[in-house]
Amino acid sequence: MTNILFFVELTNDAVEGISWEALAAANVLAAGSGGAVIAVMIGHDLTAAAEAAAQRGAGAVHGFTTPEPFSYLLEPTARILAEAVRTHNPLAVVFGASQRGLELSASLAARIDAGLAADCTEVARDGATITVVRPALVGNVSARVTFASDKPAVLSVRKRVFAAPAADGTRTAPITLTPAAPASLASRTVIESLAPKNMEEVSLTDARIVVSGGRAVGGAAGFAPVKALADALGGALGSSRAAVDAGWIPYAHQVGQTGKTVQPDVYIACGISGAIQHLAGMKSSKLIVAINKDAEAPIFKFAHLGLVGDINQILPAITAEVKKRVA
Amino acid sequence: MHIIALVKQTPDTAKLSKTVGGMQLLADGQPRIVNPWDEYAIEVALQLKEKHGGRKVTALTLGKPESVEALRTALAMGVDEAVHICDPLLNEADTLTTARALAAAIGKLGGADVIVAGRSAIDGGDGATAVQVATLLDLPMLGYVAQLHGIANRRISVTRAMEYGRETVSAELPVVMSVLKEIAEPRYPTFMGIRKAAKATITTWTLAGLELHPVAPALTWVAAPPAQRESQIEWLQGTPAEMATALVDRLFAAKAL
Ligand SMILES: Cc1cc2nc3c(=O)[nH]c(=O)nc-3n(C[C@H](O)[C@H](O)[C@H](O)COP(=O)(O)OP(=O)(O)OC[C@H]3O[C@@H](n4cnc5c(N)ncnc54)[C@H](O)[C@@H]3O)c2cc1C
Ligand SMILES: Nc1ncnc2c1ncn2[C@@H]1O[C@H](COP(=O)(O)O)[C@@H](O)[C@H]1O
Repeated sequence: MTNILFFVELTNDAVEGISWEALAAANVLAAGSGGAVIAVMIGHDLTAAAEAAAQRGAGAVHGFTTPEPFSYLLEPTARILAEAVRTHNPLAVVFGASQRGLELSASLAARIDAGLAADCTEVARDGATITVVRPALVGNVSARVTFASDKPAVLSVRKRVFAAPAADGTRTAPITLTPAAPASLASRTVIESLAPKNMEEVSLTDARIVVSGGRAVGGAAGFAPVKALADALGGALGSSRAAVDAGWIPYAHQVGQTGKTVQPDVYIACGISGAIQHLAGMKSSKLIVAINKDAEAPIFKFAHLGLVGDINQILPAITAEVKKRVA
Repeated sequence: MHIIALVKQTPDTAKLSKTVGGMQLLADGQPRIVNPWDEYAIEVALQLKEKHGGRKVTALTLGKPESVEALRTALAMGVDEAVHICDPLLNEADTLTTARALAAAIGKLGGADVIVAGRSAIDGGDGATAVQVATLLDLPMLGYVAQLHGIANRRISVTRAMEYGRETVSAELPVVMSVLKEIAEPRYPTFMGIRKAAKATITTWTLAGLELHPVAPALTWVAAPPAQRESQIEWLQGTPAEMATALVDRLFAAKAL
């Protein structure tokens, strides 16, 4: 029981990048144990995904193949994962904390009677004991979780915390493809339709750069310079709750306790005061830039770079500078 | 149709401030509220009853004695009955232990047609509990529901707001679902509701009452203050153009561009 499984999340047989972050965490848990890191995946044609997992450094790949193209559904996926756990008897099963990863890890833990820790930011192993750290109470408490060692530990890792290992085209690994048992593919939930995300739109939680506007933008039109900077940087557009409550921008953009938690490489807060509920959603960003006309604004206590001044003058200047330098 | 709303009592994070931190808020005797996401679950449960011919709505909570307050809020909003699972043996319960007790209580209540939960608990569960209740009861789980289209011939149709798009799914009742904020605006308790809630009797069950044996949780956890970042702020100064140049220089240096 020294192997570590990690789940490879596929959409139409193409790998979601968060899977390699799960691999990175699995590598931490396997280091020095002599156990293997095994990629587990479910899909129709797994050739490319299995090879990709090997190139990223998985020690082995176990794929479950389906006779028809496979659209993700919780029930069959969790059932098959439970089978994989019975086969490999791992020390831990690692997921990326995407929505699918969160629900799958929960269902798997219930199926195999195991402990679960979601959205982990640190993982460690001492012998057969696994310990993780996960934020709780919207980031205002840090919980250190220790798993009992007689069951696999089921965990998901927070997006953008573990760096995905680079691909190396020369690497190979043993690949086992097993046809999924027809009975295990049954689902009582039926997908009626899917309206995929507009691909132009960068998802807030996946973005490397987030530019957010607050009450200071003053209106829906006031978001234009904020969005212009986000676009110039190839980033996503965020907002404070004050701007959402005022009806200037849809709720989907809200960052904070009652919105999304983001952890980008760069977070630029434009005219946001830095209320604790907003900080809850962005304070783990790697580089925080705050632009505010009030040098005493609480956001500056958490910022790495501070610009005191009027966003209406500073934002266009930054956008122009970015366009000049990246062109 | 019987609808059960899963309601958790959590610390009141609106009380967090520069002087009140997370550790303080976790302590006994601190202000508690209905988990904000669960207000949406209660609202959806009430609407299911009103619009789809429900028989009754039961609010179900597992928590310490003070959690009855969350149930009184649910009663004041309009739920018909409330059940409190309360046992000192459950004080250290992890999500699976919680889900087992909730599932047993749902069984003891004679089951339900729809079980509605919030997206997650703000004190940190990340939406695991409802999924585990569904798994233990062997029911379909419809998570992250942003829109409820209706129930026809005992099939429920909903739209899930997922990272990869908006997915409309259907399943035959009974189901468990977790709902997002955009699904409905929670109603306020009415004056009459508050009076009724104050007088209502709330059923309390212990582990023994649920015929469950205590099992050691598969994990233990200790809370600590979050790591303080050693952020030393650097002020970028000058005209807007000078600040912009300095900022873009820093973004290049940090390999963000
Ligand atoms: C239970 C609860 C949950 C909450 N959840 C969230 C959440 O998820 N996300 C969230 O963001 N908030 C949340 N809030 C609200 C939060 O407490 C704050 O009210 C909100 O974040 C304030 O938004 P703001 O910073 O945009 O506005 P303000 O606090 O009004 O700040 C505006 C800032 O802009 C500056 N400014 C004004 N004009 C200019 C200008 N021309 N140029 C530069 N700077 C300027 C001002 O100096 C000020 O600092 C929550 C509150 C509660 C009680
Ligand atoms: N102790 C509890 N009592 C009742 N419902 C709960 C409890 N814990 C969690 N839930 C429900 O499950 C949802 C998700 O919680 P969590 O898994 O803790 O994020 C909550 O929004 C509630 O609806």
